[in-house]
Amino acid sequence: MTLLLGTFTMGFILSLLAAGVLISFRIFNFADITAEGSLALGASTAAVLITAGSFGPAAALFIPAMAGAAAGAITGVLHTKFKINALLSGILVMTALYSINLHVMGKSNVALMNEQTIFTYFNKLLSISESANKTVLILGFSASAKEAAAAALAFILASAGGALLYWFLGTEIGAAMRATGDCPQMAAALGVNTDLMIIAGLSVANAFAALSGALLASYQGFADVQMGIGMLVWGLASVIIGETLVREKSIGFAITSAIMGSIFFRLLVAIALRFGMNPNDMKLMTALFVLAALVLPQIYKLRRKNC
Amino acid sequence: MLELKCLHKTFNPGTPDEVKALSGVSLTIADGSFTVILGTNGSGKSTLLNAVAGTFIVDSGSIVLNGTDLTHLPEHRRASHIGRVFQNPFSGTAPNMTIAENLAIASMRGKKRRFLTALSRGAMREFYDRVKSLNMGLEDRLDNNIGSLSGGQRQALTLLMACWNRPDLLLLDEHTAALDPKTAAKVLELTKNYIEKDGLTAFMVTHSMQQAVNMGERIIMVYKGKIIHDFSGADKKSLKAKDLYELFEDIKRRELIDPAASEILKANYV
Repeated sequence: MTLLLGTFTMGFILSLLAAGVLISFRIFNFADITAEGSLALGASTAAVLITAGSFGPAAALFIPAMAGAAAGAITGVLHTKFKINALLSGILVMTALYSINLHVMGKSNVALMNEQTIFTYFNKLLSISESANKTVLILGFSASAKEAAAAALAFILASAGGALLYWFLGTEIGAAMRATGDCPQMAAALGVNTDLMIIAGLSVANAFAALSGALLASYQGFADVQMGIGMLVWGLASVIIGETLVREKSIGFAITSAIMGSIFFRLLVAIALRFGMNPNDMKLMTALFVLAALVLPQIYKLRRKNC
Repeated sequence: MLELKCLHKTFNPGTPDEVKALSGVSLTIADGSFTVILGTNGSGKSTLLNAVAGTFIVDSGSIVLNGTDLTHLPEHRRASHIGRVFQNPFSGTAPNMTIAENLAIASMRGKKRRFLTALSRGAMREFYDRVKSLNMGLEDRLDNNIGSLSGGQRQALTLLMACWNRPDLLLLDEHTAALDPKTAAKVLELTKNYIEKDGLTAFMVTHSMQQAVNMGERIIMVYKGKIIHDFSGADKKSLKAKDLYELFEDIKRRELIDPAASEILKANYV
């Protein structure tokens, strides 16, 4: 049960990344690889803030998110103002962030041993002791209270993030942003500053990725400069699985399905590892999975056309 | 009043693909008038419209609308004064957003967009009423994605959206050319209604002589980036589609003669 809870916690934390990928991939129709850099940026910023000790748990989430937003804005400016191909803009910023992350941490990884993270604050709030291995019963199974609290907190944060995104995309500005991705000519003709919308949208997307990274570092107890690698594909997998699970395409459902997709994908990975998949193969499997998810609908469509 | 002064635009200057799309277009359009622009393919009629809309910035000349200098404003800033309908019915609406969401974006044209819900109850009621006035039965499908509608339905909605907050200028770029005749007639009728009801200043590009004769108060013919004919008042009223065809034939003949004449001149004098 404790293992399963851990899977859920990871799933919820990474669902924030999935929400970010949903914005770039589904609203602006390109996979913004800046997310890999900003996830690590969020993690390293959070780790440094947490080890500094003088910042509260909210600041250790908010400041990394802002850092991610700045990274996304740079990608947006490169793409819109300097007319650099969207993918290339993302690659440039992601690559630059690798060095920046090393500078932020001063080394390639930071361990959070016995530091006060948002998870320990939450435990304190629920008066769960850090040292004692208290257990709780969930659906008749005994599980570590700490893990249960972590899963609950991750769930709350993922829901809050999802709700915030849902609200934002439903506002006048959010609608203009979606129109920018959907039909730029129409958006511009109706007075939407499309460049600004792309910059702002990538900002929001990368703020989500960085937030996810900050939580990941807090939960796992370390930040590593490499932790972003492969994360974009992970986010894509979540979004795509979510879409398969939930056929409805409205914004609310899209966000919910991305969160669900993240959990489901994490579960699949946990099961695969459990049944003896070599952990080294994980990224290969993830990539193949996303490839299959992208190709199969096309094959299906082709076959239907031929009939 | 729209004042165009000596507009010039050359695409791909200094390359073999150089095209002088506008070469000195000057034009004044009175408030509340309906002007039709006619021209052959590549004559520069759509370019003229796009120059006003701000799709590109002109090389020289000035564009002034009701005293506001638009010449160097980007497209989205001009949009607060200008409503547009495109030739392609798919260009004017966002296919993966609902009818209501599309209308919400249009209803904010020229206004400051805020962090407030786009589909408030009051807005939805207004959307319902206005869409109902199209008489296309779309008012009950406000939550459907626009991508599921036909080209004609989308074009009618684009027109509704362009006229939502009474634009100072309505630009119509062959907006019925891609529709079947029946739908085109319906969209044209709607166009006429909106222009008459709100007293809009409209600028319509077409290559249908019949449309040009039936609609508007003034016909401007464009050829090679220049205005070659300008009919208004009684001249316009007495104009028949046949007369316009003849003018077009004239242009075609000129096009045939020009290169030949230059060959002869070359042979004789160079």
